[in-house]
Amino acid sequence: MKDWRYWLAEQRGTLLALGILIVMFIIYTSNHPAGFTANVVQTAANKGVLLAFVAMAQTLVVITAGIDLSVGMIFLLTNCLASWLVVGTPMQTTLGVIAVLAVGLLCGAINGAIVIYGRLQPIVATIATGAVYYGIGLLLRPFPGGSVNEDLADALTGRVFGVVPASLVVLLAVVLVIWVPFSRSVLGRAAYAAGSSETAAYMSGVPIRRGKFAAYALAGLLAAIGGLFLTFFTYTGEAAYASGNAYTLFSIAAVVLGGVSLFGGKGSALGAIFGALAFRTIGDLLFVFDFDPLWQPLFQGVILLVAVSLGAFALFRVRNRLEWFL
Amino acid sequence: MDGAAPLFRMEGISKRYGGVRALEKAELSVEAGSIHAILGENGAGKSTLIKVMAGVVAPDEGKMTLDGRDVAFASPAAANQAGIVCIFQELSLVPELSVADNIVISDPPTRFGMIDRKAQRRIAEEALARAGAADIHPLALVKDLPLSRRQMVEIAKALARKPRILILDEATSALTATDVSKIFDVLKRLRSEGLALLYISHRMNEIAELADQCTVFRNGRNVASYAAGSKSDNEVVELMIGREYSHIFPPKPVRAASPAAPRLEARKLSWTDRLDNISLTVSAGEVVGLGGLDGQGQRELLLAFFGVLRGLSGQVLIDGKEVSIGSPAAARHDGIGMALIPEDRKTEGLMLPMTVRENLSFAALDQLSRAGIIDRAAEQRLIDDMVGLLAIKTAGLDIPVGALSGGNQQKVVIAKWLMRQPRIILLNDPTRGIDVGTKQELYQLMRKLADAGAAILFYSTDYDELVGCCDRVLVLYDGAVKRELVGAEITERALISSALNIHGEESPMSRGVEA
Repeated sequence: MKDWRYWLAEQRGTLLALGILIVMFIIYTSNHPAGFTANVVQTAANKGVLLAFVAMAQTLVVITAGIDLSVGMIFLLTNCLASWLVVGTPMQTTLGVIAVLAVGLLCGAINGAIVIYGRLQPIVATIATGAVYYGIGLLLRPFPGGSVNEDLADALTGRVFGVVPASLVVLLAVVLVIWVPFSRSVLGRAAYAAGSSETAAYMSGVPIRRGKFAAYALAGLLAAIGGLFLTFFTYTGEAAYASGNAYTLFSIAAVVLGGVSLFGGKGSALGAIFGALAFRTIGDLLFVFDFDPLWQPLFQGVILLVAVSLGAFALFRVRNRLEWFL
Repeated sequence: MDGAAPLFRMEGISKRYGGVRALEKAELSVEAGSIHAILGENGAGKSTLIKVMAGVVAPDEGKMTLDGRDVAFASPAAANQAGIVCIFQELSLVPELSVADNIVISDPPTRFGMIDRKAQRRIAEEALARAGAADIHPLALVKDLPLSRRQMVEIAKALARKPRILILDEATSALTATDVSKIFDVLKRLRSEGLALLYISHRMNEIAELADQCTVFRNGRNVASYAAGSKSDNEVVELMIGREYSHIFPPKPVRAASPAAPRLEARKLSWTDRLDNISLTVSAGEVVGLGGLDGQGQRELLLAFFGVLRGLSGQVLIDGKEVSIGSPAAARHDGIGMALIPEDRKTEGLMLPMTVRENLSFAALDQLSRAGIIDRAAEQRLIDDMVGLLAIKTAGLDIPVGALSGGNQQKVVIAKWLMRQPRIILLNDPTRGIDVGTKQELYQLMRKLADAGAAILFYSTDYDELVGCCDRVLVLYDGAVKRELVGAEITERALISSALNIHGEESPMSRGVEA
């Protein structure tokens, strides 16, 4: 009878992120010279989905109480690879897309194997693998270049029925095909359980290792989808180190904004997507208000601090001070 | 009763942890349709026994049979598969998941590869109803439930796995009286349905009400099995006593007729549901023990004195003056001069990768430095004194403290605090996991410090130590002081019976008549 209350409590983080996004987007479009038009939405969506895919990838790993500092580099590597492979006839293009996604999945699987079976800390392991992935990307594209099947690229970055941005449709499809089944599968539950309390999960006979491995591998796949989209937008491949790092760090920011707990076990990829889109909109807001773009990092930082502080209120309720450090 | 082959048997099970033997050729038979109680004092091997049964630890030797067939469990999941389900004392629930998620966690119902939420909800509701906890909403998150409700969820979760053998390890310790009576009805119904139940509890009245069969453990062995009700409480206590005395304790001083004014005093100290109106005094030169079963609030009491707990009610007095201690930093301050030797030296006592020297001087750095600069010469003198006083065996002061043996690590923890010359020393089970030789040295040190004028509050799970070291012992039960034992009253028998909250152990026959 009051099921909806529990549902609401569980989705609070996600809904809060959605709320922030809506408010920001309204402020943005109402101050935009062109107003709320299909064009404005399309541009915003195309910029936002890149971070949204990477943030989804980050979410999967963060749910297991880990962190993946290589997502941005997988994103770059797959971008460079796509600029070689996703070309030619429809048949060749399809095979190219499959190959790029497979490489992303493989990168994620390697991360997972190192963290789970090698028992290395996620933060160290993924810094190292991230450097390797970047290195391979750089070998593939020492200089920006390459090309992509432009028909496919234009179709996926354009609009469906003249109004809906195609990139958002793809994002929705990815949520339905990857996130929803994962979060409702036994493996997904194992990932959540392992993130929340690994000992309790072990004692309950949960397949912790498989759950965590699936989370890392799928994170690689999602980052690769982001990499593909980057290629569709830019028509080229480029191993830009700073951009890879920025995506990694922004993905963590988006995850936190989206109500996903860095301690693991809690949150949803939907929240992270809203968080990512909101985080992107913060940057655009400065643009419509004619601020100097130099202010952008500072402004984004302040918003992030405020959002993170909201999550820290629970500490005031702790009655045994030793729990602060758990 | 006899004639029926046991459902489950353990024969010659042994398990060692390092040099400590937890189980030594233990035997146990469990029959279907009965409730079997396991008794024994702290460290008698009960928890290890259960862990072996539940697949959490592998025994070093011995065999287990289920339905007459040999079995071995590689993991908790394997034991569950065989129908052995354990409700552990430390809860095995995942806090961020919902009650329903937790109940089906080991084997969720699936449809097309995804978890079937409707079926999950149905299973959870059934299990909660079977456990008599239908008031718990299946969608509530476990972390939002109070401890007593979580324990009910834990029981529901066990029932949802359709066990043949259900093990309850102190499963009622956090429950309210109403819940306990509900659970008892559930357990009796399960027994009539043919389940075998293994019931570990320190509450003698619960065992008297529930059990059909009892087995007493001592020093890792089963020393007696008997039909419930065939022995009096005092006979049971008698069976539980009888540890091997292996330690040499320093002689205790003769107590002065009128003890000195208390240095540390607590008046009506309460904190959440863990501490209940505790009043006590400790005078200079006195070693006061805290006894009782593990987890009755002793640890919290020490943390309360040391300024770690928030929302404490009651008064703490030092030298007769009321003080408010807000943090460990305040507690060690000169005016108070308190030191806490923590239970877990690896996380709360030492920084393992740092050197012996650094670890030793951390707590006293403020006293050793002037204007923020450390006086190296004074530091070295004090460190030399401490290493000599405690006979710390180390290859050098500049090696990581993690490289020392457990006993020497513990000495470093103690030395670190002694460098401040504390006036009040709180010890939280300081001898756990260290060798006998070091234990002896610690006992002597404790007495030496008391003679030098320190007030010592000493919690130990080893009754033997309390008997050997303490001038007085306060026995805690459910967060309250149940009994105070002074001088010659401190015996193992008195400690055990008051820890179990049994009264009248001085008149052995008085108990059997009632009930």
